[in-house]
Amino acid sequence: MARLSVQRFRNLRQAELTVGAGPVVLLGENGAGKTNLLEALSFLTPGRGLRRARLGDLESRLPGNEGAGQGGWAVAARVETPWGAHDLGTGRDITTAPGQERRVIKVDGEFASSQAALGAVLAAVWVTPEMDGLFREGASERRRFLDRLVYAFDPAHAGRLSAYERALRERARLLREGRGEPEWLGALERTMAEKAVAIAAARRDMVGRLAGACAETSGAFPRAELGLAGDAETWLDELPALAVEERLQTRLLESRGRDSETGGAVVGAHRCDLLVHHGLHGRPAGLCSTGEQKALLLAIVLAHARLTGLERGGMPLLLLDEVAAHLDARRRDALYEEILAMGLQAWLTGTDAAPFAALNGAAQRFRVQDGMFIE
Amino acid sequence: MAPSEIDRLIQQLARLPGLGPRSARRTALYLLQRREQSLLPLAEALSRAAERIRPCHVCGNLDDSDPCRICRDRERDLSALCVVEEVGDLWALERSGAFKGHYHVLGGCLSALDGRGPEQLNLDSLWQRARDPAVKEIVLALSATVDGQTTAHYLAERLAGLPVQVTRLGQGVPVGGDLDYLDDGTLLAAFSARRPA
Repeated sequence: MARLSVQRFRNLRQAELTVGAGPVVLLGENGAGKTNLLEALSFLTPGRGLRRARLGDLESRLPGNEGAGQGGWAVAARVETPWGAHDLGTGRDITTAPGQERRVIKVDGEFASSQAALGAVLAAVWVTPEMDGLFREGASERRRFLDRLVYAFDPAHAGRLSAYERALRERARLLREGRGEPEWLGALERTMAEKAVAIAAARRDMVGRLAGACAETSGAFPRAELGLAGDAETWLDELPALAVEERLQTRLLESRGRDSETGGAVVGAHRCDLLVHHGLHGRPAGLCSTGEQKALLLAIVLAHARLTGLERGGMPLLLLDEVAAHLDARRRDALYEEILAMGLQAWLTGTDAAPFAALNGAAQRFRVQDGMFIE
Repeated sequence: MAPSEIDRLIQQLARLPGLGPRSARRTALYLLQRREQSLLPLAEALSRAAERIRPCHVCGNLDDSDPCRICRDRERDLSALCVVEEVGDLWALERSGAFKGHYHVLGGCLSALDGRGPEQLNLDSLWQRARDPAVKEIVLALSATVDGQTTAHYLAERLAGLPVQVTRLGQGVPVGGDLDYLDDGTLLAAFSARRPA
């Protein structure tokens, strides 16, 4: 990221930042707009951003901004990659009807039809305080975390996921209303099965490669052991993809009655879970101490960055919201060492300067106040 | 206060696809300042279109005659029927010159979330046309979206018992495309749709 421009995004009326290749530290009080800037950055990659917000909710509501009227929020950036510089831009499509949400995407001045175009240029991974319960809570957050890791290698993954989810919602609607003819339901189940197998294959591939990268973790961060739980993911161990598709379709057909009561589907890509164990003592991550869980999460994120650098060439952006303050000094120093050794552009936020002292001279600092950034 | 005629014109223009309030204002001003060259010819063209253009009762195409020119064209191949979502898709295929058979316009695709089921689509006449012994092949030229694919699966299933070959448009390497730059999904689709060289 060389240059970033954010307009009408939450409390950021207009922000322009020019940054170098190294880490960036954003310092400011709570509510100053640090996380909002990270969230704006996260929209330069596929998906729904760091907080999974509705696009309409991101519009700035600041006094004096109502008159901005027709313009929605917008984020634009100049990104330097090993293959040259690219200009990325995104924002809410203000021409869509009320109730409908769509993002417009621009790459090098041209409109792109899908978010995958962003993923082809830039990848980002984030760790936020909301992810503290990642290993303890339900599988959906872990699945989303894994999917974001996949985007860095396979930008089309986001499109397959949204297609799968749409087919899943359509089937649920038909079952709930009891009005779907069997052929219509069958067609949706076939679409779901096709997408689910492609999604499962991409997740398996990611976990396999990431497990290899995690095995090389040493020093202050624990080694994470990774696995996947899920029907399609397991069936792919022994069956070819087409056979898994058929089996999924059969299971969906058989479960229509039950699914009409629960509103979901008994099998599919939405049932998968990322399994994480502590490499040293083998305990499931959810049963480890809070500090160990944070260290495991960072170990996975750093392993993913290493893998991205090795296999894709360009490094992902690392967005670390309020992470430094919650690490002990040993792990914090180890984190900074890794970031600097890998040449990662990490964006770190915090309320106090002290935890970032070890980055003095290596990181660019901005003080954030009321949505303004002062270097 | 009732809107002025200019406001009414701008409101109507702003409802057109691709035009927001700003471009609607610009278009209205353009038309009003070019009354003879643009505004009146456009008004006349719109009025004639409203009066004369109707959907073809056979295929769903829009034309000033019913059946439409394509359905009446005896030079076209009666054995091939191409199913498309919208009239715009039919126009695109006609522009390409790739297909010389007849068309069937569905008027959309299945979408439970948008409240569009089989009963909202132009399907009854499709089932009838598919039973015509002259028809040997039905080409499903539907978009590669979730709804397009689901509709294609649905039609393939419903047409499966008939003595007619059901085919779909190939999906894969775009013309002028470099394999190196294709995403995995497109490459997989291209591989499964491969054919003898």
